[in-house]
Amino acid sequence: MVIQAIAFYMFAIVTIAAAVMVISARNPVHSVLFLILAFFNAAGLFVLMGAEFIAMILVIVYVGAVAVLFLFVVMMLDINFAELRQGFLQYLPIGGLIGIVLLVELLFLASTWLAKPLKTASPASPAPAADAVTNTHALGRVLYTDYVYLFQAAGLVLLVAMIGAIVLTLRSREGVRRQNAAAQLNRRRDQAVEVKKVQPGSSI
Amino acid sequence: MNATYLVHSRPEILLACLGMALLMYGVFKGDRSFRTVSWIAVLGLVAAGCVLSAVSGPRALAFGSQFVLDGFALFMKWLVLIGSALAIVMSLAFNERERMARFEYPILILFATVGMLMMISANDLMSLYVGLELQSLSLYVIAAFNRDSTRSTEAGLKYFVLGALSSGMLLYGASLVYGFAGTTNFTALAALLDGSDGKAPGLGLLVGLVFVIAGLAFKISAVPFHMWTPDVYEGAPTPVTAFFAAAPKIAAMALTVRVLVGPFGELVHQWQQIVIFVSIASMILGALAAIWQTNIKRLLAYSSIGHVGFALVGLAAGTEAGVQGVAIYMAIYLVMNVGTFCCVLCMRQYGRAVEGIEDLAGLSKTQPMLALALAIFMFSMAGIPPLAGFFAKLYVFLAAVDAKLYGLAVIGLLTSVVAAFYYLRIIKLMYFDDAKESFERPVPGEIGVILVGSSLFILLFFAYPAPIIAGASAAAKVLFPG
Amino acid sequence: MLVEYLPILIFLGIAAGMALAAIGASYVVARQRPDSEKVSAYECGFDAFGDARRQFDVRFYLVAILFIIFDLEIAFLFPWAISLGQIGMFGFWSMIVFLAVLTVGFVYEWKKGALEWE
Repeated sequence: MVIQAIAFYMFAIVTIAAAVMVISARNPVHSVLFLILAFFNAAGLFVLMGAEFIAMILVIVYVGAVAVLFLFVVMMLDINFAELRQGFLQYLPIGGLIGIVLLVELLFLASTWLAKPLKTASPASPAPAADAVTNTHALGRVLYTDYVYLFQAAGLVLLVAMIGAIVLTLRSREGVRRQNAAAQLNRRRDQAVEVKKVQPGSSI
Repeated sequence: MNATYLVHSRPEILLACLGMALLMYGVFKGDRSFRTVSWIAVLGLVAAGCVLSAVSGPRALAFGSQFVLDGFALFMKWLVLIGSALAIVMSLAFNERERMARFEYPILILFATVGMLMMISANDLMSLYVGLELQSLSLYVIAAFNRDSTRSTEAGLKYFVLGALSSGMLLYGASLVYGFAGTTNFTALAALLDGSDGKAPGLGLLVGLVFVIAGLAFKISAVPFHMWTPDVYEGAPTPVTAFFAAAPKIAAMALTVRVLVGPFGELVHQWQQIVIFVSIASMILGALAAIWQTNIKRLLAYSSIGHVGFALVGLAAGTEAGVQGVAIYMAIYLVMNVGTFCCVLCMRQYGRAVEGIEDLAGLSKTQPMLALALAIFMFSMAGIPPLAGFFAKLYVFLAAVDAKLYGLAVIGLLTSVVAAFYYLRIIKLMYFDDAKESFERPVPGEIGVILVGSSLFILLFFAYPAPIIAGASAAAKVLFPG
Repeated sequence: MLVEYLPILIFLGIAAGMALAAIGASYVVARQRPDSEKVSAYECGFDAFGDARRQFDVRFYLVAILFIIFDLEIAFLFPWAISLGQIGMFGFWSMIVFLAVLTVGFVYEWKKGALEWE
């Protein structure tokens, strides 16, 4: 239990510190790296809560792919970030205000949660105990059958994302010679080479 | 889980499969197939409508009650399908002239339509969200479809960033509702909140509800979540704006009605105040801000904010008559909008689209038929009897008066008088100002057909309003059982 | 369940400790005498030609986003693979339909040439 508590505080502190660094780092590339650190620690927190699957997805998808995308985007934008940052202090009050409102809400929710038992419906598919079945198993049992509608809709969302990315960014450039394996392999000798008889002493 | 579940979602399945088939056809044929793909998509939307009528029966739940098909869904889905089909037809000529004729355009509209149908049929906070995302993601892409134009790209980006923010709010609210109620299902939520056990719902649930309403208010572009509307409407290509103003708004409005009246129907006194505030603010802003606009698309954006405010008057009443009013309002709003945007699409000079209101000056001399059509739509939007727009307003205000919301009705009347000013200004420009350069002729055939059809609908609605009113009444009835 | 993660925690602890020790020791043990030549960027004996941050092509972004989409698809495969025995034919076909939808997208991007790098 002690180890768990120590691990929790360690992960939590590093997450918050990394999150602060994300918005305060001078170099946007450093921001992205701190973001990756924050993701990793969040994954650690998820493991502590027993949500292994989400923790691993966080590492695979967020650290593995989303962070890379962030890096590309940061590198793609030719923005003077020092200039962008000048408005930082100007927006601090309103940003802080929003943060405080959200914090107060969280505290208030936590307090109502602790104060009295809630009036809740019985969940449609109760999560099995974590030691009886892993949460990947538990997800697999309902995701493809009970929630097939949402699952297929998620597939469509991914398809639209794919179409959207291509529609908006893909350009076929003019004058680029592409590889065409079939044509290249099908080329025969007589299409490529021509034998010319050249008379001695004359040019072609 | 068995096959009968699939019956009720046949229109969605049909459209999704058609979208994928067309994607394959288009990518193998190239952008030459734009017209073919578009017309097949339109046919598919019509076919989906027919399938929808065939599968409709009494209220039916499917997919573990995440999906519901009832009279309300039927009516709203019909409107959305009509709106999407017309949007594709309207885009044909414009996209070809502006070199935007890529086959992905109708396909993205198809997927957006699938998302909208899912929204309308949502019976669970999760299916609500997935449907909304499918629709929004397609719309972000369509807004930026003319990627070589800075304005279009900016519109897409703005819409995306603010849309993501609103989705975040909606999710936050949904997670609060789930945390405090233990279910995301609308049926279970309604059962939980009906007050039969004498306990009041927790404050946390209300906070969640407020966040959900904020997210939905963004999607219907109601004040104070309207900021994106004028910029996106102005920047996006005109056919895209025409699409945005019609089908997605109807779907989002249907979703709002279903969420508020369905699972949270027992909390009517809590959300009523919010809806009244949002409605009043939208009507006032829609009326006042539009007066100073010089760009017709911006003006129509503010006008659509105002119309959303009027439609919300019906919802604020929270009664069956109110919901019927909303349904009628959305149906008539769809036709008025499609017609008006057809006129805007005709505004072309020297091979490019113009959008200034001043460009309409003297239109009655150069193109009398177009001017007449636009005048009909403007009169209707202003709510002048006996045009259809008048009846739309009449039904929502009657519902508000029935629910004893006299203040709301009076403010609605006042703002509609103010709003009439800028609609009439356009008519004055067309009929009493000196003619400027005429617009390009001829008007593309399909646009002409839509124009004639929608003007006749607006003109003759008073003579034969029965189908719309009966449909809306049936739609409203299922949301108020007992 | 958490006990299974204990080795990873210990590993993390050791890694952090080693890293801190290595950096800390170099501060403690070594002499620190930086001058302008020592701390300047070194590029094969030349002065640095340009900024390290050069603008990337938008094509990187396209590749990355297509990668994310298939990454997410794979995330859906894990729970399916381990619970296939319990979810029956319906669960099996449900995933096949999902994969078919994304295969349509894959064919689309292949034909469009989004996977080519000119």
